[in-house]
Amino acid sequence: MAYKFDATARYAESHDWARVEGDVVVCGISDYAQHALSDVVFIELPSAGKTVTKGDVYSTVESVKAAEQVYAPVSGEIVAVNDDLESTPELINEDPYGAAWIIKVKPSDPGQFDELMDAAAYETFLSEHE
Amino acid sequence: MIEPTVYDLSSPGRHGPLLPVLDVPEAPLPDGYLREDLLLPELSELDTVRHFVRLSQRNMGIDTNFYPLGSCTMKYNPKVNEKAAGLAGFTDLHPLQDAEMTQGAMQLLLELQVYLAEISGFDAVTLQPAAGAQGELTGVLMMRKYQLDRGETQRTKILVPDSAHGTNPATTTMSGLQVVELPSSPRGNLDLEALKANLDDTVVGLMLTNPNTLGLFEERILEITQLVHEAGGLVYGDGANMNAIVGVVKPADLGIDVMHFNLHKTFSTPHGGGGPGAGPVGVVAKLAPFLPGPVVSVEHIPDDFDDEEEHVHFDEDGDDFRLIWHMPSKSIGRVRSYYGNFGVLVRAYTYIRMHGAPGLRRIAENAVLNANYLKARLQQEASYPVAFGDRICMHEFVAQGILEGAPDIHTMDIAKRLMDYGFHPPTVYFPLIVREALMIEPTETESKATLDAFADAMIQIAREAREEPELLKDAPHSAPVKRLDEVRAARQMILCRC
Repeated sequence: MAYKFDATARYAESHDWARVEGDVVVCGISDYAQHALSDVVFIELPSAGKTVTKGDVYSTVESVKAAEQVYAPVSGEIVAVNDDLESTPELINEDPYGAAWIIKVKPSDPGQFDELMDAAAYETFLSEHE
Repeated sequence: MIEPTVYDLSSPGRHGPLLPVLDVPEAPLPDGYLREDLLLPELSELDTVRHFVRLSQRNMGIDTNFYPLGSCTMKYNPKVNEKAAGLAGFTDLHPLQDAEMTQGAMQLLLELQVYLAEISGFDAVTLQPAAGAQGELTGVLMMRKYQLDRGETQRTKILVPDSAHGTNPATTTMSGLQVVELPSSPRGNLDLEALKANLDDTVVGLMLTNPNTLGLFEERILEITQLVHEAGGLVYGDGANMNAIVGVVKPADLGIDVMHFNLHKTFSTPHGGGGPGAGPVGVVAKLAPFLPGPVVSVEHIPDDFDDEEEHVHFDEDGDDFRLIWHMPSKSIGRVRSYYGNFGVLVRAYTYIRMHGAPGLRRIAENAVLNANYLKARLQQEASYPVAFGDRICMHEFVAQGILEGAPDIHTMDIAKRLMDYGFHPPTVYFPLIVREALMIEPTETESKATLDAFADAMIQIAREAREEPELLKDAPHSAPVKRLDEVRAARQMILCRC
């Protein structure tokens, strides 16, 4: 199975991606994750202003097959939430790295981003765990 | 063909009963009470009977078809259970009757408490919870209260393996506690290193299903429970998979502190829509004071008791005693009105008495044997992958809908095609840690002929997947409706016709 990757993003083993945009880190779930879930029908979103710690569950994504937790790839304050996903959760299947970003975090420890896997390392990780 | 609704079948003026001629003065309803907008269907009695009988014939259940729904233990429910539960002495009882008038029913409940305690090795049992999930909630609330009672207020976490039933994290959250997910080891069991890394004085306890949802026995269960106890935690046993070990292993002997029983699984009471369920909870002695009540207990009556006429007495070893409702001293309170789902408890009691101890053991032995037989046939004759398939499974196993030479076929296609062969599909896409999961639990009540028919169908479907994949993609072909659009149904929910 060939999955899509965003070359500018970094990835966690929990199949979450993070991308630096200015002074915030944008977060979402990977193309592999949306494939594994199949058609997404519901997403539970956090509220802006909440603080998350790396590894915390900040959202739950539901498909007809499963409900999966979404983990924060970095620590920080949630400064924006993609409310469009509430009415159009299918965006997660259609454009996981673009229109389906889930939250934007103002990182408390910018070094955490660099600890994540780059696209090539994540692709290797996937091929080893498939 | 879709059965029309009663509204579609309605014809103006048609009706069932003929009302007698009016022999009292006519009194019209006051204005405002007579509604014009209330559309009631108009059908004859025969139309109505045929409509509902046709619908009932579309039921698929264990009485009509093989139903290998993993982790649900869809075993046959012996009809003698119904006979016992239908006895007038049980059906004509009222929960508000005085204990003096219901000593027989209370004796049945007491004996069921004792039997479940004996089967599981626990010291005390409550029959109150009305379902497995409620039993879980009861258990975790007791664990929480136990820790608070000891002054361990900093304990707020429950460890839950990633193979657990979804009810485990849900229960934890409902109890106001925090879930910490633990990964599985390469053997499909709990990862001991991850357990150790998370065991500290913030942990209320661990929730564990043994055998787990992969159908695998926790090989290092004694080490696991010892580690949790040494850290001051408790071990919750999810009794959903008790059918694999009933009569063979006592969960309390494994170091489990509290566990719920699913009477509608292991003890053959009606399941799902045919419920209601029952989820009794067993505990070790230190948790007994926290049980929800009321529980039945024995009150011995002193010889000089002068009020004998008001009480029913039983003779046991020459002692007079009566049965009373009892609320444990540190009880978490009531979890259900009255005394649990009594009719269900009568059925489970009957089942236990019909089997006896040797019979209960044979249940587990045959459930495990049947699962391993099916697993071997699917692995060897149709090359379905099985998660951790090199291990002997317990009462169920998790196959995968991944077939070489059929890259576009998924578990859902195989499940839908099974319906055309007259089988209820197994549990699909659970546990979440196995891709394309097909979780199969045949139970002990199926004959080898039925198991073979199912295996033959699965083998035939694997052939179809490679040679005629459209047969699977378009399945089911024989059901009253074609494949349902589950995604659209979930995204555009219309829950009411009104």
